[in-house]
Amino acid sequence: MMKFEGEHLFPGQLGHFFVILSFIAALIATISFFTASRQQDPLQKQSWLRFARMAFFIQVIGVIIVFSTIFYICSHHYYEYMYAYKHTSQELEYKYLLACIWEGQEGSFLLWTIWQSVIGIILIFKSKEWEAPVMSVISLAQFFLLMMILGIYFFDIRIGNSPFTLTRNEIAGPIFSQPNYLSFIKDGIGLNVLLRNYWMVIHPPVLFLGFASTVVPFAYAYAGLQTKRYGDWIKPLLPWALMSATVLGVGIMMGGKWAYESLNFGGYWAWDPVENASFVPWLILIAGLHTMVVYKATGHSLRASYLFAMLAFIFILYSTYLTRTGILGDTSVHAFTEAGKAINLMILLFLLFFAVSGLSLLFFHYKKIPAIHTEENTNSREFWMFIGSLVIFLTALFISAKTSVPVYNKIFNTHIAPPEDVEFSYNKIVVLVAIIVGVLTAITQYFKYKTTGKAYLLKNIVWPTAIAAALALLLAVLYPYTFWKHGVGFLGAIYLASFACIYAVVANAFYIFKILKGKFVNAGGSVAHAGFALMIVGMLISAGNKEVISSSMVNGINLPASKDPMTKQDDDPKENLTLIRELPTKMADYQVTYIKDSAGHEKGRNFYELHFERKNPTTQKITESFVLQPDVYIMKDNNMSSNPDTKAYLTKDIFTYVTFALNKNSNTDTSTFKVRELNEGDTTFYSNGMLILNKVEKNPSQSKFDYDKAAIALQADITVISKDSMHYKAKPLILVDSLGISQVDDTVFAQNLYVRFSGVTDTHKIKIGVKESDKLIDFVTVKAYVFPYINLVWLGLIIMAVGLVMSMIKRGNFSKTQSIAILVFVTIALFYMFLLANQ
Amino acid sequence: MKKSHIIILIGIAVLIGCLLAYSADFSTYDTVSSARQKEGKFVHLIAKLDKTKPIQYDPINNPNYLSFYAIDSLGGQTKVVYRNSKPNDLEKSERIVMKGKMQSDHFECSDILLKCPSKYKDDKEQLEKTVQEQQATSSTN
Repeated sequence: MMKFEGEHLFPGQLGHFFVILSFIAALIATISFFTASRQQDPLQKQSWLRFARMAFFIQVIGVIIVFSTIFYICSHHYYEYMYAYKHTSQELEYKYLLACIWEGQEGSFLLWTIWQSVIGIILIFKSKEWEAPVMSVISLAQFFLLMMILGIYFFDIRIGNSPFTLTRNEIAGPIFSQPNYLSFIKDGIGLNVLLRNYWMVIHPPVLFLGFASTVVPFAYAYAGLQTKRYGDWIKPLLPWALMSATVLGVGIMMGGKWAYESLNFGGYWAWDPVENASFVPWLILIAGLHTMVVYKATGHSLRASYLFAMLAFIFILYSTYLTRTGILGDTSVHAFTEAGKAINLMILLFLLFFAVSGLSLLFFHYKKIPAIHTEENTNSREFWMFIGSLVIFLTALFISAKTSVPVYNKIFNTHIAPPEDVEFSYNKIVVLVAIIVGVLTAITQYFKYKTTGKAYLLKNIVWPTAIAAALALLLAVLYPYTFWKHGVGFLGAIYLASFACIYAVVANAFYIFKILKGKFVNAGGSVAHAGFALMIVGMLISAGNKEVISSSMVNGINLPASKDPMTKQDDDPKENLTLIRELPTKMADYQVTYIKDSAGHEKGRNFYELHFERKNPTTQKITESFVLQPDVYIMKDNNMSSNPDTKAYLTKDIFTYVTFALNKNSNTDTSTFKVRELNEGDTTFYSNGMLILNKVEKNPSQSKFDYDKAAIALQADITVISKDSMHYKAKPLILVDSLGISQVDDTVFAQNLYVRFSGVTDTHKIKIGVKESDKLIDFVTVKAYVFPYINLVWLGLIIMAVGLVMSMIKRGNFSKTQSIAILVFVTIALFYMFLLANQ
Repeated sequence: MKKSHIIILIGIAVLIGCLLAYSADFSTYDTVSSARQKEGKFVHLIAKLDKTKPIQYDPINNPNYLSFYAIDSLGGQTKVVYRNSKPNDLEKSERIVMKGKMQSDHFECSDILLKCPSKYKDDKEQLEKTVQEQQATSSTN
């Protein structure tokens, strides 16, 4: 056995010991809580409970030590550990040290485990008579999660991937046979640059708290069945379910905001399988919340509540399966990559265990779950709430069914690929859902439970309806949607959905002030509904009127045909615009100039300073001026990542990112112009071909350069023909104005050729300067969008979350001070994160 | 749950069923030759970059025109035209999933998904390569 130099093996051994200890403790806690839950004798029950709690606490302490150990290893850059080698590097800023831990599979499972521990501890103290059955489910979930990071061998199969494996055991390489191999590993790979963003610090913890919290509804539903107190679990669960819906919802939209701010998808939501995977459980949770409220008020919908409470967690596990086993493969841009066959099987086992045992338990008890056998009135609130829940649930199933195509492909060995326009294939359905849900959200609260008088309903609903109709009409007239891409039918559906959601906002606001008389304590539901609807309105407006301003048609660099002659279809929108350094280029109402580029403080990061200016067309005064700095990050392996920059106004965002940039390292110029004297029609040569001077135009009406029309301009029309018989156009300009003579050179990028209109000789020959550069001209190609009213999306989300928290506070046992503290904290934190930070 | 419920439920179920059918507009994964057989139809083409042939991209003159040659695992070859900016890592990609339609002389691509080695951090081969590179650089120092 070789002795290796410089390794720090103790932390890893310590960490691994506590992983195993926690794993065993979780198993013991599960068995003990379960036994306690089956004990009739109160003394026996108490003693089992005490033992179970102790096991759970040991598990919690173990998990905390494991996490601290990983943090220690990563912060000390101990590259002998695979985890540190893969996820940290010397230049990694301190703030990303936590982020790099949850970048990997093991770390994110651990984060989930930690949140579940916190939830478990709160439940041990707060859930009273429900503790034993509820905690047996939570401990079991802990057991499965810890198994994922166990890292022990059972015969030849590795059970779980430990975060404490050693680099030399994981990677085969000749250097690992040298005792001093560590002295060769100078640096780790580090956190993926795409993820170096403050959202990476905050989004995973919130999302994983959302994930972890969905186990609580499952646990309570199980407890309801196990104790045969079929209906009693709903009341203590409701605040938990509301918390879960808030955190998961906010977590998902944080991901959306992150994608919008710093990834170049061009939006906040793309129906990517990874996004859908966490959105589906949220929808089911929302459906479940509504049926639970119905049950509490009327005794209806208990069976549906059971189903939804269980399915929310089952779908969280299914999403884990989808995103972590590599099964999504080609269909997702940001799924985790495959982590090995054994762990894939374990994740599947985790999913199947909870799905099969939960649903079959529900099946066996189904008949015993009390249900009211009289029919709900169609003029009762519970009837419409149930319909709403059902629509939301079916939407969740629809999204999940579409997302699962790679799973069918795997099972049935088919090759079904996503449709041509993935986003539209979802949008055309959810826009209909938005119409139904919008209208239901607007009217349902105006129904009373059991039965509602017609007069009461009409009297109260008439004003909100009229106002919403007027607002929707106003929107259609003053700010019509320009989204013609999918035809008039879809446009109509967007208008209907806009009306439905405006209706929901107005009706819920009315409800708070008219019916609840402004008593905000009871208004949580209405506030959440109004916020949700406002968010959808924001989505419809910002997407329906999203505008591409970087159209390359504007600067004449290329003028594409509007129809493709081959396919007879509309040509692709030319959304990329090349900006040559220091050359103002038109972008919608803006003059955009690429001023300069500058290095960021991370090595390989390059910022492109784009100066946006808007002038008043008559007075020529600058009315608006700002700088955007999208950046490109050239990573260690020479791959590039492009990060957008956004100018955020209250009513719109101007969003731009680099789609193509030169690699700076190999780009310096030493060559000079050589002047030739030509007549029109003459030919001259360069090293790789020839140039033909076709003609000279005075004051050309079409020029790719935006020159001052007051000047006298001459443009040389030159054709460049290279040896491989490619044809290029070059049109350099010479300008004469009050300041003197100036030249605008043209370039043939593909031939590294600069062409200059140098002047005219006494004999009326044209002087054409030709430079064969060893440096490429400096330019950057960008895409730019305007997202109007996108702040409505974030504002709606905040209002929805605050509304959910208000409901949670009302239904939970909180003191007045606690309630105010929670509300103030949530509101300020969300406002800061979504609207103020990064502006 | 009685009559009116059930009627509405069925109504909704049918509606959703219809919508599902209507929305089941999936496409297929194809090779060059199978894509040729359904010229003009939207497909997913899985291939890799043919590194022996030139990539044509001239962003100053037209940032929205990229053409290159792709070769699939069965040896089928086609020219690809992508009317958009060049993806940064095209040259380094190991595999390309292209969405689009086969035309008589080229594949008209509307979207490109690259599979690059660097995005697969957990890929051990890549790690081994990285370690070897690091060793090479530190031994030359």
